[in-house]
Amino acid sequence: MTKRIVVDPVTRIEGHLRVEAEIENGKIKDAYSSGTMVRLLEEILTGRDPRDAWAFVGRVCGVCTSTHSLTSVRCVEDALGIVVPPNAELVRNLMFCALYMHDHVVHFYHLHAMDWVDVVNALKADPKKTSELAQSISNWPKSSVGYFTDIQNRIKKFVESGQLGIFANGYWGHPAYKLPAEVNLIGLAHYLEALDWQKEIVKVQTIFGGKNPHPNYLVGGMACAIATDDVSGINAERLAYVHHLLKQGKDFIEQVYIPDLMAIASFYKDWGGIGGGLGNFMAYGDLSANGSKDPATFLFPSGVILNKDLSKVHEVDVRKNDEIQEFITNSWYDYEGGKDKGLHPWEGESKINYTGPKPPFEQLDVSQAYSFLKTPRWKGHAMEVGPLARVLIGYAKGVPAFKEVVDAALSQLQVPATALFSTLGRTAARGLECKLVATWALDFYDQLIDNIKKGDTRMANTDKFDPSTWPAEAKGVGTGEAPRGALAHYINIKDGKIANYQLVVPTTWNASPRDGKGQRSAYEAALLDTPVHDPNLPLEIIRTIHSFDPCLACSVHIYDEHGNHVSRVSVLGE
Amino acid sequence: MPFFPSREMPTYLEEATRKGYSRRDFAKFCTMMGAFMGLEASGVAQVTQALETKKRLPVIWLHFQECTCCSESFIRSSHPMVADLLLDQISLDYSETLMAASGFQAEEAMKHTMEKHKGEYILCVEGSVPTAADGVYCMIGGKTSLQILEEAAENAKAIIAWGSCASNGCVQAAKPNPTSATPIHKLVKGKTVIKVPGCPPIGEVMAGVIVHVVTFDRLPELDNIGRPKAFYSKRVHDTCYRRPFYDAGLYVESFDDQNAKKGYCLYKVGCKGPSTYNACGVMRWNNGVSFPIQSGHGCFGCSEENYWDNGRLYERASAFPGFGIEADADKVGMAALGVTAGALAVHAVATNLRKKKLVSNLEKEGKQSEKDLE
Repeated sequence: MTKRIVVDPVTRIEGHLRVEAEIENGKIKDAYSSGTMVRLLEEILTGRDPRDAWAFVGRVCGVCTSTHSLTSVRCVEDALGIVVPPNAELVRNLMFCALYMHDHVVHFYHLHAMDWVDVVNALKADPKKTSELAQSISNWPKSSVGYFTDIQNRIKKFVESGQLGIFANGYWGHPAYKLPAEVNLIGLAHYLEALDWQKEIVKVQTIFGGKNPHPNYLVGGMACAIATDDVSGINAERLAYVHHLLKQGKDFIEQVYIPDLMAIASFYKDWGGIGGGLGNFMAYGDLSANGSKDPATFLFPSGVILNKDLSKVHEVDVRKNDEIQEFITNSWYDYEGGKDKGLHPWEGESKINYTGPKPPFEQLDVSQAYSFLKTPRWKGHAMEVGPLARVLIGYAKGVPAFKEVVDAALSQLQVPATALFSTLGRTAARGLECKLVATWALDFYDQLIDNIKKGDTRMANTDKFDPSTWPAEAKGVGTGEAPRGALAHYINIKDGKIANYQLVVPTTWNASPRDGKGQRSAYEAALLDTPVHDPNLPLEIIRTIHSFDPCLACSVHIYDEHGNHVSRVSVLGE
Repeated sequence: MPFFPSREMPTYLEEATRKGYSRRDFAKFCTMMGAFMGLEASGVAQVTQALETKKRLPVIWLHFQECTCCSESFIRSSHPMVADLLLDQISLDYSETLMAASGFQAEEAMKHTMEKHKGEYILCVEGSVPTAADGVYCMIGGKTSLQILEEAAENAKAIIAWGSCASNGCVQAAKPNPTSATPIHKLVKGKTVIKVPGCPPIGEVMAGVIVHVVTFDRLPELDNIGRPKAFYSKRVHDTCYRRPFYDAGLYVESFDDQNAKKGYCLYKVGCKGPSTYNACGVMRWNNGVSFPIQSGHGCFGCSEENYWDNGRLYERASAFPGFGIEADADKVGMAALGVTAGALAVHAVATNLRKKKLVSNLEKEGKQSEKDLE
């Protein structure tokens, strides 16, 4: 039997990340990214019912909640040759879209905005000017002088209480903050509005999946039966609710998120030249009414871009064992065949072997293994995955939807296409794809209504739900685009049980340690040459790390040019 | 004396006076604070006033082995809305998910709260603590999660264990629990640990626990295993709107069948509602929109201890030990269903007989709890 174990999906998606950076002449000379939390979920999955896997792996991440469950049912369905009814594909797509809308907005306002928006400075804004500015960039109704005055007073009172809560010890007043007070006030007002808004859009998942976070999925379809004439099923009221939520979500994205993104970006154009990183991008593609097996109809196309060359998009095949491989040269694992081997996930193994310093420690020894993350490679190349990769691949392939939003943004900001390869480009790409997804969601909704109207009310294919109908052995792969990038789950099934389950997740591509050849992964590469005004207040590092939307809580160590320890900064993701 | 003197504990002025500073020194300090915060002179008077008066409840929120679904659920709360909670009721001084500061500055903020509000802050923990391999499976800032927990717990007024990870270990503690993921109450001694299990708990339940403390100035009443009675004293089964179908012996036989479209009971496709204590059937999720059973999937008992090892998802509850009286219903159901309409009627009668037993048990329970109340 193949040796399995190890690989913690948790560290890859939601755990604790640490970055150590060397600074020389006010710039980052080198950086090391380390995942420092592990749950060994793959070991726990061994021997369990493949139909249950979605629930276990759903718990990999509660932020991009549902994305692992979706990918898991896809991989089991792939292994067992189960074809999912069209309604279930559409419902899964609606839940996917709701996740993107939620996740990207929350990332922008609650996880990333305070890297760009100076909250304390917002107290100096003139509410009248703020109102004029807000009305000049959007027709969002909450934009009166009174509205901004109220927000400002509320925050003033909060600050004056002396208990700064979540705003305590922020980098307020740092010279890298460039926004006028009025833009800061708009950002702050929308931070609070988005906090209120985000609890609404997730209700799409609640209606179909029963709860959020962690809605329910089902191998073979979805559990929410369509029953147009029963109060317990998906009926006209439920569907109208979904439609209302999607429209409301789209309004917020178009009238608040995108105008704010553009307004803020216009003051940080220099960040269009910082944080570019690898220049290699990969997407597996996703979002089709026909499910994940029909790449030709993907709204997010698949492909690979190498060396920022947009003239050529390479094909990617996740099943080929010479394309996707995971390395552990600098990871706290061992392979049976040796530390330098690369393994395809279907043959994946990983015996945990922590060789780092004994805690409490001040710094990692990066001359040896320094992370709980493995290092995945595509044909030996390091890849960036995520919104920027998806948008660039759509753009390079000439897909009209992507051409339109990207060209419009570039011309609005008056920056060249090369500005896309940057921290700013990554943050902007997230907004642009969110706008597309909000539109696509309504299309999927219409398709669902059409289907039901035609009399198709099937929601699950249970022909092969019973394990007695399965072959003795089967293997499958599920792929998709999580909000943070290309995601694949691999399963081997033997005698109705999970024999091996491996996840290769976006954060592993982006945040992994360097490989045996010394090639950096995306985070480490993107941090190179980033200017750091004051190593004690490493705002700039956090900007670039956050632009990836890390699904980890992180910790950044910084060194001055003499290699002395200067300060520790945890970058707190989600 | 109130349980939480924090709201009446020494103000900045009182403490300054106690330490021998004059009122004049205090005014200077306030002016400096005002300048630091970028306030105009007119704002300084308000700073002075605020520092002389009321405090919001200080809260430190830690993350260990978890997926952040608890924090995500918390911000889904609709009443109170989290913005209101954060701005008006509590001072969330450390939260990896929401705070502006990072690392060194974040840790400073936590240290400050631990010293300044010693014995007065609420410690919230999201996630389990891995004790295998000397704790290296979860390290933050070069320290193990166990070291961090011990430091933060020492002077906490009370501890809230958010979600199943902190309450019972959740998914990483499922067999074989390779990292020895351990829930909080097993590691912290001599402190009240309020368990709020669920994967995640309902957002309004989480906010509700905090609001209970702030509003009533005391901890919520807990059951014998440490869960707030307000939200965990009823089985999902007993509060389920599909319960009448269970009692009548009408079940979904497989997903998306005709019975599923009629909203029949999900017991036979694995619903663990009969052995799960949670508020889902009453409060529902995301401001009452739905809950798993309403959306056609059985409850899989995410708020129960060891639920990952307590039977497979689609396995009938009666098939594993410890299910008790409900096993009878299943046997009757299996014999009856799919045979004849007559048999179904017999089953319904049998179910009703069994229900009588259940009702009499409930009556006994009721009498016992009346006694307890007295």
